[in-house]
Amino acid sequence: MCGLMGICDQSGALMSGENAIKAMAVQRDRGNGLGGGYAGYGIYPEFPDHFCFHMMYHDVKAKEEAEAVFDRYFTVDLAEPMPTRAVKGITDAPLLWRYFLQPDPHKLADSEMTAEDFVVHMVMLVNSSIDGAFVASSGKNMGAFKGVGFPEEIGHYYLLEEYEGHTWVGHNRFPTNTPGWWGGAHPFTLLDWSIVHNGEISSYGINSRYLEQFGYKCTLGTDTEVAAYLFDLMLRRHKLPLELACKALASPLWSEIDRMPEAEQAVMRSLRAVYGPGMLNGPFAIVLGFNGGMVALNDRIKLRPLVAARQGSIMMVASEESAMREVLTAPDEVWAPKAGEPVIARIEGMDWPIHGDLHLSASEVSCAVTGVDACDVETVEVS
Amino acid sequence: MTTMTIKGPIEGYLQMEPSVSVEGDVATIDCQSIYYKYVNEAVRRCFADGVKTVKLINVNGQRYIGTGIKGKDLRIEVHGTPGQDMAMLMDGPTVEVYGNAQDGVGNTMNAGTVIVHGSAGDVLGYGMRGGRVFIKGDVGYRVGIHMKAYEDLRPIMVCGGKARDFFGEYMAGGLLVLLGMESRLEGPLVGGYVGTGMHGGEIVLRGEVEPWQVGKECGIFTATEEEMAALRPLLDEYCSAVGFDVDEVMSVPFTRLVPISHRPYGKLYTYL
Repeated sequence: MCGLMGICDQSGALMSGENAIKAMAVQRDRGNGLGGGYAGYGIYPEFPDHFCFHMMYHDVKAKEEAEAVFDRYFTVDLAEPMPTRAVKGITDAPLLWRYFLQPDPHKLADSEMTAEDFVVHMVMLVNSSIDGAFVASSGKNMGAFKGVGFPEEIGHYYLLEEYEGHTWVGHNRFPTNTPGWWGGAHPFTLLDWSIVHNGEISSYGINSRYLEQFGYKCTLGTDTEVAAYLFDLMLRRHKLPLELACKALASPLWSEIDRMPEAEQAVMRSLRAVYGPGMLNGPFAIVLGFNGGMVALNDRIKLRPLVAARQGSIMMVASEESAMREVLTAPDEVWAPKAGEPVIARIEGMDWPIHGDLHLSASEVSCAVTGVDACDVETVEVS
Repeated sequence: MTTMTIKGPIEGYLQMEPSVSVEGDVATIDCQSIYYKYVNEAVRRCFADGVKTVKLINVNGQRYIGTGIKGKDLRIEVHGTPGQDMAMLMDGPTVEVYGNAQDGVGNTMNAGTVIVHGSAGDVLGYGMRGGRVFIKGDVGYRVGIHMKAYEDLRPIMVCGGKARDFFGEYMAGGLLVLLGMESRLEGPLVGGYVGTGMHGGEIVLRGEVEPWQVGKECGIFTATEEEMAALRPLLDEYCSAVGFDVDEVMSVPFTRLVPISHRPYGKLYTYL
């Protein structure tokens, strides 16, 4: 059992991180004090085009080694300790630093990668090869704030109420299968993506082996990590429409596919065939945050709670309705999303980082994956 | 950082006694931001002191309201959104919610009545063995899972909206009714896997279901006039509690689902 929340003002208006703390504080008993965390978007308007690395170091040696990597491969324009305050209940914090940086132009050119791929490569390098150094987040104009404690304590610790963002996700952890440690708290992030998750990903083994083929290294010891990398793979690298990525992660049951119209059946069968090793098995409710919006998704048979609400331009999701009512004074509607059907919030006027909408044929899905351009088949709409 | 105003820390639930005001045999408890433990202790203290009705105001997320309380003539009014496992193991009282309820209402409930004038979440009436739960609006997944009956105990749940998958899953006894009167859910009256593993009790649906929606362990029948007549007193009571017109409720044919075996898995995992 864990608790989660996500809130997004689709008008792009900023709101205090206090909202995220309040929503998590109401869900206190969904966790046990062994993990809490948040991610906020739009929080660093002074550095909108820099990648911001939030770092956790177990010791000074790890910090020195990581900073040597940053100095070598990036231009670091600001490095500073994370602002924190002393909070009762928060102990044994690692060294917490943040860096606003950009890939070194020469190193980037030599790598023949996009800036994003370069950053992903460096995140994997730091996490897997520097003992005691972990990247908590690595996106632009966003950051993850997480650690061991109850979420309201973690929120106070990081002075979250002083940040303003258009989108926030939050998490309250009740570790079951993996240790409760600072790097293992949610959200899990990569570039702009952040994931908070309630449940357990029984397919972690096959998911992580699948991701290794694409250069992702699972090093944080918590199953949720694979969900962040799977979204990065499908949405950013394979340019899969969001709706299809959600169907790949929470695939309809074969019996449901059998009842679909023929063209839709073909899409779903292709998706399951291509992304079989990417399917998340087991119970989950997840919220994906990014610059541009937020997506909430349940496993296909709703083995974890998820409710949603809308108030004007604000979309909110949480494990419990009370979390939303703590923040929204008069919601226009409150509902329980159907299992496997994503709840999507998009910020008006902000570039949607996810390509296209859902008008793909079965062969287009395969083309998107294999990188072949010629796709000349009829389009289908998936409900 | 965009602002540097230093505010005080944001409190979560307050670990303190709520304010209680008593008039005659009615007590009002202000639950605003009070941790559930203190709310529920105050409720029990009120009943112990002879109060018959407890009004909980400004409820938001407090768990276990009404849990484990015994006594037939006791009443709890909930104004707001109660937390998980409301009326769990409750034995006699009436709980009435003016708002939506969350997950786990009536978990292993023994006796009494729960009325929710809104929607409710998942796993309602889990292992419920007596008493009644009336929900006016929609309900979620796994509603009525493993409801059971014992001697003269027969749990009853009536839901006025629509329900999602696994309605009445592994049901072992009691009565589960779904009306589809007032709903904000798209799609059919009920999802799939209705009554899967069912081996006792009955499910009554206002309208029809497709065979694929229903578990293999259920038989699907149209309710007869005698069966509808037998159902009428319950529907009368439900409609007057939540404000529906009973004649409108009964204006369309109902479907009954009953188990075709008392031991559907008797031959599974055993040597013959």
